[in-house]
Amino acid sequence: RAYVFGEDVKFGGVFRCTSGLADAFGTHRVFNTPLCEQGLVGFGIGLAAMGNRAIAEIQFGDYIFPAFDQATAKFRYRSGNAFNCGGLTVRSPYGAVGHGGHYHSQSPEAFFCHVPGLKVVIPRNPSQAKGLLLASIRDPNPVIFFEPKWLYRLSVDEVPEGDYMLPLSKAEVIREGTDITLVAWGAQLAVMQQACAEAEKEGISCELIDLRTLIPWDKELVEASVNKTGKLIVSHEAPVTGGFGAEIAATIAERCFLRLEAPIARVCGLDTPFPLVFEPFYMPTANKVSMA
Amino acid sequence: MGLLPLLLRGAPKRFLRASGSYRSLYESNSRRRRHGTDAAAADQAVNSRADHRPDDQMLDFPGAKAAFTSRMEFISPNAAEAVPCFRILDDLGRALDGSDIPEVDSSLAVKMYHTMVRLQTFDSIFYEAQRQGRISFYLTNIGEEALNVASAAALTKDDVVFPQYREHGVLMWRGFTLDEFANQCFSNEAGHGKGRQMPIHYGSEKLNYFTISSPIATQLPHAVGAAYGLKMDRKNACAVTYFGDGGSSEGDFHAACNFAAVLEAPVLFVCRNNGYAISTPACEQYKGDGIVVRGRGYGMTSIRVDGNDALAVFKAVSAARKLAVEQSKPVLIEAMTYRVGHHSTSDDSTKYRSGEEIAHWRSVRDPVLRFRRWLESNAWWSVEDEKELRGAARKEVISAMNQAEKKNKPPLSELFTDVYDTLPRNLLEQEATLRDTVSKNPPSLAPH
Repeated sequence: RAYVFGEDVKFGGVFRCTSGLADAFGTHRVFNTPLCEQGLVGFGIGLAAMGNRAIAEIQFGDYIFPAFDQATAKFRYRSGNAFNCGGLTVRSPYGAVGHGGHYHSQSPEAFFCHVPGLKVVIPRNPSQAKGLLLASIRDPNPVIFFEPKWLYRLSVDEVPEGDYMLPLSKAEVIREGTDITLVAWGAQLAVMQQACAEAEKEGISCELIDLRTLIPWDKELVEASVNKTGKLIVSHEAPVTGGFGAEIAATIAERCFLRLEAPIARVCGLDTPFPLVFEPFYMPTANKVSMA
Repeated sequence: MGLLPLLLRGAPKRFLRASGSYRSLYESNSRRRRHGTDAAAADQAVNSRADHRPDDQMLDFPGAKAAFTSRMEFISPNAAEAVPCFRILDDLGRALDGSDIPEVDSSLAVKMYHTMVRLQTFDSIFYEAQRQGRISFYLTNIGEEALNVASAAALTKDDVVFPQYREHGVLMWRGFTLDEFANQCFSNEAGHGKGRQMPIHYGSEKLNYFTISSPIATQLPHAVGAAYGLKMDRKNACAVTYFGDGGSSEGDFHAACNFAAVLEAPVLFVCRNNGYAISTPACEQYKGDGIVVRGRGYGMTSIRVDGNDALAVFKAVSAARKLAVEQSKPVLIEAMTYRVGHHSTSDDSTKYRSGEEIAHWRSVRDPVLRFRRWLESNAWWSVEDEKELRGAARKEVISAMNQAEKKNKPPLSELFTDVYDTLPRNLLEQEATLRDTVSKNPPSLAPH
C-alpha cells in the first residue's frame, strides 16, 4: 500500500529517481500529479491518513513553499492521536548544483526544522540515502527527505542490495579527531572532508560529524564530541542568518559553555537569494572552512 | 538570456525548467539537423492538410482536441442564465409539482428532524455558555441544519468525512453524543483532541469524521488523497468534504478539484454557499456564477441544490455518492444556504448586515421549520411531539454541559504527547524542565 507520486514521476522523474517504477508497479501506484505542490502534499496527507505509505516528490526544494501550509499539518497532535499522517514522506532535491541560480539551488531545511511533529533527514551519499530513506518511509511520522542534487550525478558508492535501514535522529562521526569538531550534512560533507584534509597537513586533527537527521537532532553525540575537542564549526549551504547552524550553535553553547575554548563558528551561505554567476563566492567552500 | 547558452551547449535540460520558447528552439534546431530528408515529407504533409477546407480540420494539439472556427468569438463571462437550483419542497415545505420525492420513510424523516432540533438546541445553549464565560469560543450551524443532516443521512458510515468547521450536524447524525460534543468544548480530559484545540474542533476515528482544523480548505486535498486510497482498496465508500463560499477561493480548492478529476478519485465536494465568509459577502468573493460553474472547468460533474431543502439535499447527495463510488469520479455539489448566526462568538454580524435580513432568514426561511412542515403534512409529526422534543433536547444538552464542566482538564503530560508517535529527547527534557518550574511555583499554576 505504498504510492509514489509527483510531477513527472511516471516517466522516471527529472532526476531519474523513479525510473522503472511505473513499469514495475503500475501507473495507479506510481503516477504523475498535476503541477501543484500544495495539492500534491495535501493529497499525500490524505492517502497517509488512510494508512497508506505516501511518497511524494517535490521536483526541486525551491518549489516546496506552496506546500508549506500542508506540510505543517499537526495531524496527530490536533486529533489527540485519533488520526495521523505518519505514512507520508516528502522527497525533494535541494542544494547547489553549479548552475541552478535562484530557483534550483535552495536549501530550505531550516524552515521545516521549526515545525514540531516533522522529521527532516538529509543523506550524504547513496548508501546512506538508501538506508535513511527506507527508515524515513517506515517511520510513523511525516518526514521531509532532502536529497543533495549535486550528488545525483557525481556520487559513486557501493550500495548494498537488500533491505536495510539506518537510524533516524542518530548523527554519525565520519572522521575521528581531537582538535576541533565540524558538523554538516548532505553535500557539504564533501567540502568539509576537503577542509579536514587541508587542516591535517597543518597538524590539526578534525572530527567530522554528519548530522543526518536535523530534527529531532542528535545533541548528545555532538555534545560529546565538543566536550572532547573544545571547538565547533557548523557549515551549511543555506544562508547563515536563521539557518539550522544557529540552533546547533545555541544548543552547544548552552551545554558546553565551560568546555569551549573558542566561539562556535558558522561557515554558511550568504544572506542573499542564491546567485547564478556568483555561486562560487556564495558557497561555504573549503577555503572558507579552512580559514575558520 | 542566461539559460540559452547552456541549452545550445547541450547541458542536460532536465536540470532546468526550460521555458516553452527555449525548448521549442532547441527541438526545432535538432530536428532540422537530424531529419533533413524528412523535411520534404513534412512539407508534403502540411500541404495536403491545407487542401482541406478549414472547417473540416480538427485541431489535435495535446492540450485539446477541438473543431476549428474561423470566427473569433470570445466566450462571455457568464451564461445567459445562472445555473438553476434543484429543489423539491417550496419554502413552506410543500412538494412542488412534478417533484420526485426521494425514498424517505417516516422513521428516517423523524430521525433527521430529531437531529436538526438537537443541533439547534445545542447551538443556542452553548453559544450562550460562551457568552457567560463558561467556554472560550463557540461557532453555530444555524440556518444550515438541513444541509448538515440531510447530506449526512445520504452517506454511509464507511464514507469518510473531511469537514471545514460548520458541519457539526454531520457528526451528530453519525452518533457523536452530546457528552462528546460538550467534553471537547470544555477541553476536559475526556474530550476529543485532549484539550489541545479550541472548542468545536471535533473529530472521531470511529465515526470516520476527520478532526476539524481552523485553516480554510486545507482538508480538500486530504479528501482527494483519502478517496484515491479508498478506490485503490476497492472499498464501497467515498470521501466527502465540506467547505464554504470563502473556502472555494483558496488555492487548495483548485488543487483538490483538479487532482480529483485527473486522478479519478471518488470524492464529493460539498460547498456550503451560505453567502458570507465572516463579513465578506459572496459578491466580494467571486465574480462568476458561484461555485457550481467551476466544476466544468475541471472536467467534473456538478450540481447546484437548495441547501435549505432537506429532501433535495438528500436526493442530490445520494445520487452524487452513487456516481462517485460506481464510477470513481468526483462530484461538486453547491448547496445554496444562508448563515443565520454570526460567524462565531468573536463576531457581531449586525455590523455588516441588517437585523431585518437576519430575522427574515431565521424565521421565514428556517430550513428546520420547512422540513417540519413536510413531516406534519404527512402526519408524521405533531405539536405535542414538537413540545416534547424541544423540552427533552434542552434538558439533555444542559445536563451534558454541566457534566462536562465538572470534569478535570487533561494531565500536563498531554502537552507533549502525540507531537511524534513517541516522545523524542528534546520533548522529554522540556517536560522535565516544565514540571520542575511548576513544582517550584504557587499551586495556582500547577495542574495535576
